[in-house]
Amino acid sequence: MDDEASARAIVEELCKTIPDMELVAEFPNALEALKFIKHTQVDLIFLDIHMPKLSGIDFIETVSNPPKIVLTTSDKDFAIEAYQYEFIVDYLVKPISSERFQKCASKLENTFGEISQEQTEINTVQNEDEDLYINIDRRLIKLKFKDILLIEAKGDYIEIQTQIKRYRVHSTLKKIKEKLPECRFLQIHRSFIINFTQIIDIQDNSVLIERSVIPISRSNRPELMQRLNLL
Amino acid sequence: MTEKPNLDYIKEISGGNEEFEKKFLTIIQTEFPKEKNEYVENLEQDNFEESAKIVHKIKHKLGILGLNSGYKLAVKYEEDLKYGDTKLKDEFYEILKSIEEFILKIA
Repeated sequence: MDDEASARAIVEELCKTIPDMELVAEFPNALEALKFIKHTQVDLIFLDIHMPKLSGIDFIETVSNPPKIVLTTSDKDFAIEAYQYEFIVDYLVKPISSERFQKCASKLENTFGEISQEQTEINTVQNEDEDLYINIDRRLIKLKFKDILLIEAKGDYIEIQTQIKRYRVHSTLKKIKEKLPECRFLQIHRSFIINFTQIIDIQDNSVLIERSVIPISRSNRPELMQRLNLL
Repeated sequence: MTEKPNLDYIKEISGGNEEFEKKFLTIIQTEFPKEKNEYVENLEQDNFEESAKIVHKIKHKLGILGLNSGYKLAVKYEEDLKYGDTKLKDEFYEILKSIEEFILKIA
């Protein structure tokens, strides 16, 4: 966003050097940009400070939930003021050199890398809160993933062991495996999927969960060991 | 005034993309004369605050066209104008003229 077309053209050209960046729009003033971001989510704005009517700082103050912002300005004096806003990632003094822009690109990579990691962690936490409905005698019973200890295949059925009860469901290990979060569950034998966060100990080729001793097949052992936080 | 406008910065940004260079020069050819006229009109009316704002915009173009000393002068002139001080106006005008000539030459 910049009232100078030449400045917008330069940022546009520089953005082409960042592989994951897609330019969705450009605006000569903050008012048009405000209308746009009301209905379109953007991750990042390159924002000029000195613009007629509504300045870049006015824009920042107006947007309720601003995306990440890189300030572009011919004025060095705003740098300290700019960094009081946590969503400002960088401050580029115009004319922006290719070298300086590459440094900015690295900062952006780190910033968005951290955001994506935070998002993954949030998703993981959400998964932990998720649950599974099983059909027992025409009743749908809700089981929380964290309460499931293990699942055992028994012919055409599977048995789901929780801390308080064992449920017998007409299904297969393959089917239920698709519904379980990988961050918590692992098949360690052709007949067993376990909630590996519930392991008490591992001895030779078996694991102890609550009072159940579950065999580990040789082919599944390496993956189990990989998932554990070993000292 | 020995400093002459050049396209070094634009070539650095374009990385050899001639299409961008062409597009960019067209933008400068349109944008600069408007800004220059606005600046002259505002200065003639002693509208120093507005003149300073336009100098601020032009300053960026001086940097783009490799006029490093011109850029420094514009930084000082912009500040001076905010206080109504126009002593650098002739020097600044010379810079504007050199850009104008350059733009005509590359057109």
